[in-house]
Amino acid sequence: MSSQQQQLSRNAVDYEYVLEVAGVRKEFPGVVALDDVSLRVRPGTVHALMGENGAGKSTLMKIIAGIYSPDRGEVRLRGKAISLRRPLDAQQSGIAMIHQELLLMNSMTVAENIWIRREPRNVFRLIDHAKMHAQTQALFDRLNIKLDPEAEIGDLSVANRQMVEIAKAVSFDSDVLIMDEPTSAITENEVEHLFTIIRGLRERGIGIVYITHKMSELFEIADEFSVFRDGQYIGTHLSADVNRDDIIRMMVGRDISQMFPKEEVEIGAPVLEVQGLSREGVFHDISFTVHAGEIVGFAGLVGSGRSEVCCGIFGVDETQAGTLKIDGEVVRIKSPGDAIAHGIAFLTEDRKETGCFLPLSIQENVQAAVLHRKFVRAGFVDEAALAVESEAICKTLSVKTPGMEEVIENLSGGNQQKVLIGRWLLTEPKILILDEPTRGIDVGAKAEIHRLITQLAHKGVAVLMVSSEMPEVLGMSDRIVVMHEGRITGILNRDEADQVAIMNLAAQ
Amino acid sequence: MSNATIVAAEGDAMNAPKVRKKRPQEVSILLVLLGIAAFFEVLGWIFVGQSFLANASRLQIIILQVSVIGIIAVGVTQVIITGGIDLSSGSVVAMSAMIAATFAQNSEWPKIINPALTDLPFVVPLIVGLLVGGAAGFANGWLITKTKIPPFIATLGMMVSARGVARWYTNGSPVSGFTEDFAQIGNGMGRWAPVVIFLAVAVFFHVLMRYTRFGKFTYAIGANPQAARVSGINIDAHLIKVYMIAGLLAGLAAMVAIARIKTAQAGMGLMYELDAIAAAVIGGVSLSGGRGRITGTVIGALILGVMLSGFTFLRIDAYYQDIIKGLIIIAAVVVDQHRQNKAKKS
Repeated sequence: MSSQQQQLSRNAVDYEYVLEVAGVRKEFPGVVALDDVSLRVRPGTVHALMGENGAGKSTLMKIIAGIYSPDRGEVRLRGKAISLRRPLDAQQSGIAMIHQELLLMNSMTVAENIWIRREPRNVFRLIDHAKMHAQTQALFDRLNIKLDPEAEIGDLSVANRQMVEIAKAVSFDSDVLIMDEPTSAITENEVEHLFTIIRGLRERGIGIVYITHKMSELFEIADEFSVFRDGQYIGTHLSADVNRDDIIRMMVGRDISQMFPKEEVEIGAPVLEVQGLSREGVFHDISFTVHAGEIVGFAGLVGSGRSEVCCGIFGVDETQAGTLKIDGEVVRIKSPGDAIAHGIAFLTEDRKETGCFLPLSIQENVQAAVLHRKFVRAGFVDEAALAVESEAICKTLSVKTPGMEEVIENLSGGNQQKVLIGRWLLTEPKILILDEPTRGIDVGAKAEIHRLITQLAHKGVAVLMVSSEMPEVLGMSDRIVVMHEGRITGILNRDEADQVAIMNLAAQ
Repeated sequence: MSNATIVAAEGDAMNAPKVRKKRPQEVSILLVLLGIAAFFEVLGWIFVGQSFLANASRLQIIILQVSVIGIIAVGVTQVIITGGIDLSSGSVVAMSAMIAATFAQNSEWPKIINPALTDLPFVVPLIVGLLVGGAAGFANGWLITKTKIPPFIATLGMMVSARGVARWYTNGSPVSGFTEDFAQIGNGMGRWAPVVIFLAVAVFFHVLMRYTRFGKFTYAIGANPQAARVSGINIDAHLIKVYMIAGLLAGLAAMVAIARIKTAQAGMGLMYELDAIAAAVIGGVSLSGGRGRITGTVIGALILGVMLSGFTFLRIDAYYQDIIKGLIIIAAVVVDQHRQNKAKKS
């Protein structure tokens, strides 16, 4: 915006963009999440953000909402640069964000949630519940939301909680409203209601930033969209000007680098056969086979049910239907202990939540899964033998640490991941399930883990690998299973798989 | 199939920058114990005109007093390592004591009415005491794992109920007049029996926690229950065992206590659970689970015992003793938090 325009905008609301992001860069240890990214949102429009998982959309939104601060670049609101050091700054300047994971207090009422920190008070400076109720009702009437202001959040459906979040965001009289995949957890009818509300907000001149993975929504609700890829801004277009294929091309348009050391491995007999596996409300009728020496990749958007399938196979979650065959024989797996006994290993998605014993040593972390049969005699752990084998595994995985007694919390993410892989290698698995094996780790460790997976395949291990990184799935897999909303939408062979084909199956 | 022979990728393992060797936590706690003892020694010469430590009978009393709490604290320690808590130990002591005591009485008086009655061998009350304690612990563990209520609440309920059982069992009357054999549990071996039992328990559980699968599972559950589950550990079954052991040890402590003082009362064991937790916490057992050792707890219990004896020795009022004990417990947790924050930052 030129200085002339700035002068003009002093008394009139004649800025062209309600929200502008210019040249924003954000680095996390080992990764550049955003590199020179821009975004311009006009008032009274819905502006969609498109991009693969990890393209940087969420990071950008968190910068706009004041949750992260950028390393470089600026955010302008109504033409003026603003400084956002904390979420409250954004809120007070007129930016409201509706998070993907709803941040409401379940044990409190709708009204209390909306007006928290801003409760109307009476003459005694005590909270005026009647007035709060009335304010909430007025807000709901305006937005055509039919909810009881006194209902407890915990009793509401996810869709209704979404409505409360939206009402709360609107109650700030914000100029910019950010919605992060608002339809990911709600039904078709509720989506219609949501869109009606969004159109109403648009008419009132609010600029809405709308993150979505769903192509159909883009054409239904968005006026403009911007595409991001690998932390870079690709471009902005009018929704009316493009078609589905154009967008997919913009989202994935890049070559797969040759950093994935996929080698031709002789594919052996079927090791893991899954038939009609279902878990109510989560995934349905999942059938696929993994052969000895084969790497089967699982692609799909976040929330498509891939990790849940892994948990179902490994006995972490209960499944309602389906059979599992290992080496041709039907097995029943009711707990992770059963799965380990059948030669399955499972590297979970979330290293911190379900992987590491953070306060314990590397040694104790490595040995956790082999204390069932190996290295244990009459209840006593054969520490000497275990220490030798554990150290050998950590050495081959080139875990960088001063020693096996070091607490795992002090290791880098990549090294923690290697220790966890070591834990499962000690069990000498036939079937290795890897859920996002390289998420959040640096490029060097990533390459080492890829090399390791290839070596394991060479040894005849059947590998099932969930990954949200397209190049990883394409580069490592012999076959690719694509999931969408809890169902398998296609299984592609290595030669027929490319990013466009996968995206077509993953984002229907 | 062996996958343990994967070709080493480039890059040297085990060659990251060396960190300085950490001093085991137990050493620091031991130094605190010695420091406190030295403190009383010096004050003793100044204010009382005699040595605090060079007094065999005082040392024996300290360690005898520590033994009962110490046995309970060992059980509580493994509960805390799983990330839980046991508030019921004091009441379980009373309940086990009252029920077992009625099996430990000699037949001197009843024989007047029914000459056929004889003394029961001392193992009968001993086993009854252990069973009552173990059953209470099992109930704790079962409630926590099957109903998913927090350990704090489950054991709080047990604390209240077990105390009620202890009172109801004899309508509040104390039970005494034990057989000579039974009294030996608390007075045998030249009065050292409680200490011997305490040390045996401590050594047994030290080995159990450090060198067996049972111990490794206990730490794993406390460190990260979800990861423990994925590693194939049956968490519910394990937790029930852990709480049962805690109850069992409370029962054992009760037997030692009543055999020593030769009477059982429904009001006994009051606040023992808190002393046991305090011993563990002072000994460096982390209330967030996954960290701590039996050796630390033993030293922690000794610190409490030395403090108590030292204050009495200096004729400091009991009120002050409680005030200072409370401050020490808080200080121990502050140190633990500080240590954890430091571990996270580095």
